[in-house]
Amino acid sequence: MAEAATNGTNGQSYVGTRTIRPDGVDKVTGRARFGADFNLPGQLIGRVLRSPHPHARIVSIDTSRAEALPGVKAVITRDDFGDQPSEFVPAGEMMMNYKDVVRNVMAREKALYEGHPVAAVAATSAAIARHALKLIDVTYEVLPHVIDVVEAMRPDAPLLHDDLFTAGVEPKPDKPSNIAKRVEIVLGDIEAGFAKADVIVEREFKTAPVHQGYIEPHAALATVSEDGSTELWCTTQGHYIVRAHCARLLGLDIGKVRVTATEIGGGFGGKTVVYLEPLAIALSRKARRPVKMVMSREEVFKASGPTSGATVHVKMGATKDGRFVAGFAELKYQAGAFQGSPVQPGVMCAYAPYDMENVKVIGYDVVSNRPKVAAYRAPGAPISEFAVESVVDELAKKLGLDPIELRLMNAAREGTKAAYGPKLGPIGLEETLNAVKKTEHWNTPLRKWQGRGVASGFWFNIGGETCASLTVNEDGTVSLMAGTPDIGGLRASLSMVAADELGVPYDKVRPIIGDTGSLGFNFLTGGSRSAFSGSMALVEAARQIKADLCARACKLWDAKPDQVEFSHGAVRPLGAVAEKAKPMTIADFAKIAGKTGGPIGGYGRINAQGAGPSLGTHLVDLEVDPETGRVTILRYTVAQDAGRALHPAYVEGQFQGGAVQGIGWALNEEYIYGADGKLQNAGFLDYRMPVASDVPMIDAIVVEVANPRHPYGVRGVGETPIVPPLGAIANAMENATGIRFTELPMSPPKVLKALRERGLGRV
Amino acid sequence: MAKHHIEATVNGDAVEFLCETEETLLDVLRDTLHLTGSKEGCGSGDCGACSVTLDGRLVCSCLVLGCEVGGHRIETIEGMAKGEALHPLQQRFLENAALQCGICTPGFLVASKALLEKKPDPTETEIRYWLAGNLCRCTGYDKIVSAVMDVAAAMRKG
Repeated sequence: MAEAATNGTNGQSYVGTRTIRPDGVDKVTGRARFGADFNLPGQLIGRVLRSPHPHARIVSIDTSRAEALPGVKAVITRDDFGDQPSEFVPAGEMMMNYKDVVRNVMAREKALYEGHPVAAVAATSAAIARHALKLIDVTYEVLPHVIDVVEAMRPDAPLLHDDLFTAGVEPKPDKPSNIAKRVEIVLGDIEAGFAKADVIVEREFKTAPVHQGYIEPHAALATVSEDGSTELWCTTQGHYIVRAHCARLLGLDIGKVRVTATEIGGGFGGKTVVYLEPLAIALSRKARRPVKMVMSREEVFKASGPTSGATVHVKMGATKDGRFVAGFAELKYQAGAFQGSPVQPGVMCAYAPYDMENVKVIGYDVVSNRPKVAAYRAPGAPISEFAVESVVDELAKKLGLDPIELRLMNAAREGTKAAYGPKLGPIGLEETLNAVKKTEHWNTPLRKWQGRGVASGFWFNIGGETCASLTVNEDGTVSLMAGTPDIGGLRASLSMVAADELGVPYDKVRPIIGDTGSLGFNFLTGGSRSAFSGSMALVEAARQIKADLCARACKLWDAKPDQVEFSHGAVRPLGAVAEKAKPMTIADFAKIAGKTGGPIGGYGRINAQGAGPSLGTHLVDLEVDPETGRVTILRYTVAQDAGRALHPAYVEGQFQGGAVQGIGWALNEEYIYGADGKLQNAGFLDYRMPVASDVPMIDAIVVEVANPRHPYGVRGVGETPIVPPLGAIANAMENATGIRFTELPMSPPKVLKALRERGLGRV
Repeated sequence: MAKHHIEATVNGDAVEFLCETEETLLDVLRDTLHLTGSKEGCGSGDCGACSVTLDGRLVCSCLVLGCEVGGHRIETIEGMAKGEALHPLQQRFLENAALQCGICTPGFLVASKALLEKKPDPTETEIRYWLAGNLCRCTGYDKIVSAVMDVAAAMRKG
């Protein structure tokens, strides 16, 4: 069988065009069903009782008064969950431990943060459920708490876990502490490197924890039947992961749990873990009725994962001609109440944009009385790269070099040995720097109180376990099934690939996201993997279909395998066979499928390898108001290497959305705790995310340096865009004010204080 | 306390429903009338995902009580397309990829329609300030704002 490159019907390629997404009409008409939009007959409403204390021993929980309230059908506490052994399992870009997961979904010995679940009820109405929560009597022994990461590392700090001994240090400590682990990467010899340096810059930085800020709160609807069959609808980035966690925590057979991912209203990493899902199942199992649970926004802020706040120390050295000769960094990341901050990727990414011989990065994972962090878009990377990009800018100033030129001189490129291990394949950092340098934006003059900043960023991207299927229907239309939730245009991208592979019109491909019973295991939508891995699985599925149709044609035409080929949506006879047979389209085969071997379909089951890092460079102009300290973003340009943009508009959308999240991280967003250890801004009004009037248009330049390990050249694109903004904005602030801001967010009070300290602010 | 009996008009249809005093218009739309296109992102009027119009005025339906709407006219996202034709804003949002996850999209569309009815030729700045009550965490607002500008320009041309 010969298989020509397939370029769609009539040679047309959909990949790279701006098609209308197949799920779009439902989303602009209100028809699309998100987590909270699902209901079942007879459903109960579940509510969670949460700890009012940041740190307290739970002495007793008495649920008898709540259970006696008419309308209450089930109450659950720690007693409804078996304990789990301490065991680390890979969870995407992070590791997790079920001993901690079971304690995070329902407090066990202690409540470890304000908002930590202590009990849950299911009742016939929300009002009764709310009332029932007030009837649960919990006796707490309030303990001293610790919120700040540096304070949590002190030997006399209140201890969260008396069995937590710092891993990664020799000898093993004999006393427990809040430092869960120490990690380190070393390349070359930094002492030798610093000895060669003409200029050294050393700085300490601090970033605040920020929330992913998805607009859709967590929601779950569960129903458990008398034989243990369990169905769950929930808003998640990975329904197979939800199934695995729930089965493990509740002792269920994976095969008996069917999870459907609803449309998801944003995740950014925050919907890769479970909160309500095991509670809804446990309540339904007890009540034998469907149970629906939805978080309030306050619960989302207090009890679902933000990302770490951190303290980062950076020391970099360069020669006077601008070569980076050594880089050191020490990262202290908040993990929240349980270990598992993204400090490891933070360590690995810190110097990844640069080709350097001598690098040493140390990281600490530190627990404190805050909600357990969850992944947030390039988890860990924005923090460490913010610090390094700030220092790179300062080096450029000291060396009298243009910051783009300095980055170009040191940019990682194909063949660079990365400090985190591998030798890099083709990557596009230089291309993004050159693209930015050529913009009108870079070459436009600024006025007083205005500043321009540039910064680059790196993220690995991942592949992983992925299944997808293609089914040719009786009329030749194609049903596409993927198993990773579509969070921002995945179905469009995958449909274009399927249409091109099979040579059928785009609008004849209908994609859905299958439930956990429909396909084999799929790892979650995260790590910028869903379009990368999903399209690889579909290429495999399409290859099976094409091979099958060629085999059917051989039988029909009495031809040998090398006398047929699949191209442009049809099996075509070659050579002598061409004289007696006419090409047959997929629709032709569909009509006679029953007579030629049965239903037509392909099923890609892969463990996708070869994800290519995506690098980007951001350029920002801003203006500081010296009277108020408010910063206005005037202009913004993103250039990033997409490898190949399957759907350029949704790739641009990733760039733009990530940039604006980064703007929020840099300028406004932070978790604010009082001395009582309670969160003071658990709402959108006080946790101020960027709104439309805060930002300008975001110019997006899609650079394409093909990833040779993907059939279409694709890299992941979703995470890298949040990495450069923090550094770019801090660098622009320095250019606007002459002040090097080392603490995020650069909110008006901090900016004003800094200006006044230097006699710059206007009163 | 007995429930309130309310009669109102939703998307041109006469409706009647019973509601508790504390139930919001959003609760009534979603749970009683099963119009789930309006979303609850915050319940405090900060995110705009529940945007509807009440007698033509843009409101957060989470800040209106169900028992307040008796005799009034409510328009939701479900009433925006007429027959088979999408509203030009809906069409343009699709063409411009002005949505990613889509949870905020109904609110943005309802708010944008209310803006263009009030002011057919808004500047970019006016659009940005009008839509400042609607949070989107995915798009960075770029493609949303340009979609509204495109529709305004097209509608002016007729």
